[in-house]
Amino acid sequence: MENETQEIAQQSPEMTEQPMVEVQHISKRFPGVIALDDVSMQFFPGETHAVVGENGAGKSTLMKILSGAYTPDSGTIYLSSEKVSFSHPREAQEKGVSIIYQEFNLLPERTVAHNIFLGREPSNMGALEIRKMNKQAVEVLKELGVEEMISPTALVSSLSVAEQQLVEIAKAISFKAKVLIMDEPTAALTYTEVNMLNNLVSRLKQKGMSVIFISHRLREVFDISEKITVLKDGKFIKTVSKQDVTPEEVVFLMVGRTLDHYFPPLGTAEDFGEVVLRIKDASNQILSGISFELRKGEVLGVAGLQGSGRTELAQSLFGVVPFRTGTMELHGKAIAVKSPAKAIKNKMGFVTEDRKSEGIAPRQPIRDNMLLTVRAARALFGLISKDGVGKSRKLVPMLGQQVDIRTDSFDRETQFLSGGNQQKVVLAKWLASDADVFIFDEPTRGIDVESKASIHDMIRALTKKGTAVLMISSELPEIIGMSDRVLVMSDRRIAGELPAKSSEQEIMLMATGHVNADGTEKSASVGEE
Amino acid sequence: MTTVTAPENWIKRATRSIHIPPVFLFLIVIFLVSGILDQVLSDGQIFSNPAIMMNIVVRSVALGIVAVGQTLVLIGASIDLSVAYTISITAVMSSYIMLGKTANVPMAIVSVFGIGAAIGLANGVIVTKLKVNPFIATLGTSLIIKGIINATFTNYTGSVPESFQFFGYGTIGPIPVSIIIMLFIYLAGWFLLARTKLGAHLYGVGGNSEVARLSGVRTDRVLIGAHILCSMTAVLSGLFLVSQMQSGAPWVGPNGFYDLNSIATTVIGGTALSGGKGGVWGTLAGVLIFGILDTTFNQLGVNPYLKTVLRGAIIVLAVASYTIRSKKEAA
Amino acid sequence: MTTTTVNSPESVSKALGKIWSWIKKIPPVYPVFFIIFIVLGILNPSKYQSANGIMTFLRTASPLAVLAIGEMFVLASGGFDLSVGAIVTFVVLVSSKLLANDPANAFSTIVIMFGFGLLIGLVNGFVVSFLKVPSFITTLGMMLLVRGGALYYVGGAPQGYLTDNWRAFGRNYIQNVPLFGRIPYALIILIVLSIITYIMLNRTNYGKQIVAVGDNVLASKLSGVRVKLVRVVTFMVCSTLAVAGGIMIGGYGGVNVTIGEGLEMQAIAACVVAGVLLGGGKGSVPNVIFGAFTLQAIVNLLNLMGLPKPYTDAVQGLIIIGAVAYVGLTSQKKQ
Repeated sequence: MENETQEIAQQSPEMTEQPMVEVQHISKRFPGVIALDDVSMQFFPGETHAVVGENGAGKSTLMKILSGAYTPDSGTIYLSSEKVSFSHPREAQEKGVSIIYQEFNLLPERTVAHNIFLGREPSNMGALEIRKMNKQAVEVLKELGVEEMISPTALVSSLSVAEQQLVEIAKAISFKAKVLIMDEPTAALTYTEVNMLNNLVSRLKQKGMSVIFISHRLREVFDISEKITVLKDGKFIKTVSKQDVTPEEVVFLMVGRTLDHYFPPLGTAEDFGEVVLRIKDASNQILSGISFELRKGEVLGVAGLQGSGRTELAQSLFGVVPFRTGTMELHGKAIAVKSPAKAIKNKMGFVTEDRKSEGIAPRQPIRDNMLLTVRAARALFGLISKDGVGKSRKLVPMLGQQVDIRTDSFDRETQFLSGGNQQKVVLAKWLASDADVFIFDEPTRGIDVESKASIHDMIRALTKKGTAVLMISSELPEIIGMSDRVLVMSDRRIAGELPAKSSEQEIMLMATGHVNADGTEKSASVGEE
Repeated sequence: MTTVTAPENWIKRATRSIHIPPVFLFLIVIFLVSGILDQVLSDGQIFSNPAIMMNIVVRSVALGIVAVGQTLVLIGASIDLSVAYTISITAVMSSYIMLGKTANVPMAIVSVFGIGAAIGLANGVIVTKLKVNPFIATLGTSLIIKGIINATFTNYTGSVPESFQFFGYGTIGPIPVSIIIMLFIYLAGWFLLARTKLGAHLYGVGGNSEVARLSGVRTDRVLIGAHILCSMTAVLSGLFLVSQMQSGAPWVGPNGFYDLNSIATTVIGGTALSGGKGGVWGTLAGVLIFGILDTTFNQLGVNPYLKTVLRGAIIVLAVASYTIRSKKEAA
Repeated sequence: MTTTTVNSPESVSKALGKIWSWIKKIPPVYPVFFIIFIVLGILNPSKYQSANGIMTFLRTASPLAVLAIGEMFVLASGGFDLSVGAIVTFVVLVSSKLLANDPANAFSTIVIMFGFGLLIGLVNGFVVSFLKVPSFITTLGMMLLVRGGALYYVGGAPQGYLTDNWRAFGRNYIQNVPLFGRIPYALIILIVLSIITYIMLNRTNYGKQIVAVGDNVLASKLSGVRVKLVRVVTFMVCSTLAVAGGIMIGGYGGVNVTIGEGLEMQAIAACVVAGVLLGGGKGSVPNVIFGAFTLQAIVNLLNLMGLPKPYTDAVQGLIIIGAVAYVGLTSQKKQ
């Protein structure tokens, strides 16, 4: 392992340069798992370095060690050749190592400036210097070129997701960071926002910053970074330069085998059946003029920018924020879906975007999570057997098999499963409910490559059995790879429909409002840029 | 984003821009309704007699002071159920040490603040270091203090010198000292929350403790600090009560329901039980609402038990007035 | 271990490991209770080692267990119910007046009490679910309302006494039972109620939805759980059990305006000692029963050791903190 690192270092042109950060022989174990096993690697200034690996490969643990959230069991960290050890994130930040975490790390009820300077507010003997703080916040926002967009006194809860992301980055660079670690910063961002992030990153690079980037989206990894390091099962595998490898090779290093295809084949004409769900002129306080049809056996992809109303479409269909006007027909029968319970009664299923907050009940056994939809639909005081479902004792193991969950017991608490397996539990919950219309909202966000493929296979398998699937995704490759048709949303309405295998460019043009549904170009550009 | 941004009316926007919690509207309504009821059913003193207004505020002082402390811990997403017995132990200990002699006053004050600091420290350490749910932690310390004082004191103990009664009954010009002290505590609370690092960090800890920790906030210290300050306000309330009563009794805290009342007034004032949000001025409005109700009930000669009933209903309605629009499920 | 001459030390250690992991799964409340009870038995063998004495103990401990089960339902769903103690006061005071010293009124009084219990729970649940007032505040308000209402109704002092047949549930025994000697009605009520609530919690759709709601409201709602309905029913279960507990407590305690004071806190304490998480997601009927028994056993132990009554409070406080700290710190280690 050690040899490999040195080998890379010798090959690299920065050989003459000092690494900004170097970790040597870092190990970290948690009860029952070795999260990191003797990992050594280097990060150079003015360089973007991606760290990739499946869930559980140890990426996040390594980043938490670098940023002081964890202390390693053994091994050393060098920052500009100086040996350092951080016992608290604060110490790492003071030394110039900043991190942006996967989950949002902002206080919604506080102002932008308060968020940026949380923990190191300018003060005089404990008294805040608010004016100074706001001024400094503006300066930091200026560095990102977004001072026009975001006011330092705005409450974070009043900002959009993308703006919040920018505040996080502003917070990170406000530490005079030399090293910026981004742990899946793009997970919540759309295509254009990701581009903005890329520009930002290259600006930071030019300032000599060392950027460390963690992502599951290989395309972004290749877009943004120069070097890629692969971790697997807590071990260092290899550091490669971007130009020397293909994404397929990186995937091979990550999973130890090549994945034959990323996506299952699309549906064919004989798969598609009659219209199952028909929405006409539906509107509510968020969406307006929603009309579309969903057929049996197809995957209807829904693309759009952040804020275009994608998730809201799912929520409206499912009765979370019901439609107020318009008609909704299921199997030719008019229905009104005023609550999720109603939607489920109509055999709809909703695999939500955010597993943690909307998908699973973490402390409940896998079994109970899988059966929740079934139980919720039955009589409140209906009796159940010990393993959960009256007569059909085999339901849980059967579901487990269907979604391919690897666990020794279905009585384990769901929180202890990996992200991919948790998503499979959510999926199983809806398989159990016997839904024939499925809504998937970001079905594979933050999931490792292998689970991703198996979830895609399952979605396709569903349609083969005659289920109708509406799949929302911000990942265009996923939309293109999976959809038999694509609905594009823009500005909280449906901008148009595209056939299977449309290009990313076509989708983006429509999503940004440059193209009308009929394909003609709009005279004036409207949109969200 | 899953939140729905409905068009806001201008009132909401205006109140937000100058940070007036809706509870002030509630306060005004309560005041007007009380005054009108008083006018119609009784002698109309609430509107006509300024002394009654003053009386309303003075009646609110004990609860008002400790509610500032409760506001701090609630903003930090903690809670303090031990304030009632902290008030009791202050009352009995201070009058026990003073024994009616002015010379003993400084000693007594130092001692009870020392005790208060120790209680707050214990609460804070149990919550942060032993990771005990704050509800249980402070319920536990409350029981411990209760046990100790009930085992030691069974009745009025000692007495406070006349000089010390200045706190309870003295005036500076036309204004009672106690009101000045209470307002000073509110100003201090406001300054702490809005204009100091500790305050900013407390909002951080309450809003999302992990975020605050990762931002370099020493979360444990901040919360321990809030608990110590909260116990200190309870001590101050206790000192005020004993200066009025002239002798400390172990039941003064629990009989005034200072624990649950301070929580109720704080929540009515717009501070979230879940933390990270709120401030002292809303709490002051909540406290005054309680004071007005008390006075009005007295004016109208409402049966004391019926008072309890009405108070219970009003607490719930006041909080409901701004939770009802919430999209989230309450628990 | 290494020096033993067992043929296959591996299989032995494996078996021991299995037993150990099984032992580790036993909630700490059971060993704690039995240790305290054994100490009681050593200190006062005539009382705590006789069937008779144990039955007396169970008669005193059962009402709190009933209250704690109800509280556990609400805690597991992620809420609080602070109105439990006030309901006990209400039951005792209002019954004392309704009975009008006539045993013939006992049945109708009890029916009316349960009617009030259901109503109180319904209102609590409605306010929490539909007005979105946090349950802590809702039930705090309800506590004032119920207690104030009861005192107002009786005019601040007990009216009359509780008739013997009303009191029988909390006070009397079934005599001449083989093996046990006598069994308190209170214990039988507890057993019946615990079986019913156990089934509700573990063997009905409802029970599984309570803990799911407590664990993750949003996920539950999106899975079709009628969260409002579940919550309302849960508050009704709690206040109904509080009425049952109130009848039992009035039975051996008699009429007293402060009879229910602080019981909500004791019920919550019994739950947390039994490992119930505040914030929801976990609950267990048997554990909570033993949580209540443990608290009662501690009280008896302290009495037996001659500590004055006030110290019982202090020690209870210490034990509650200790129990929760223990659970918290050990589960932290696991992660």
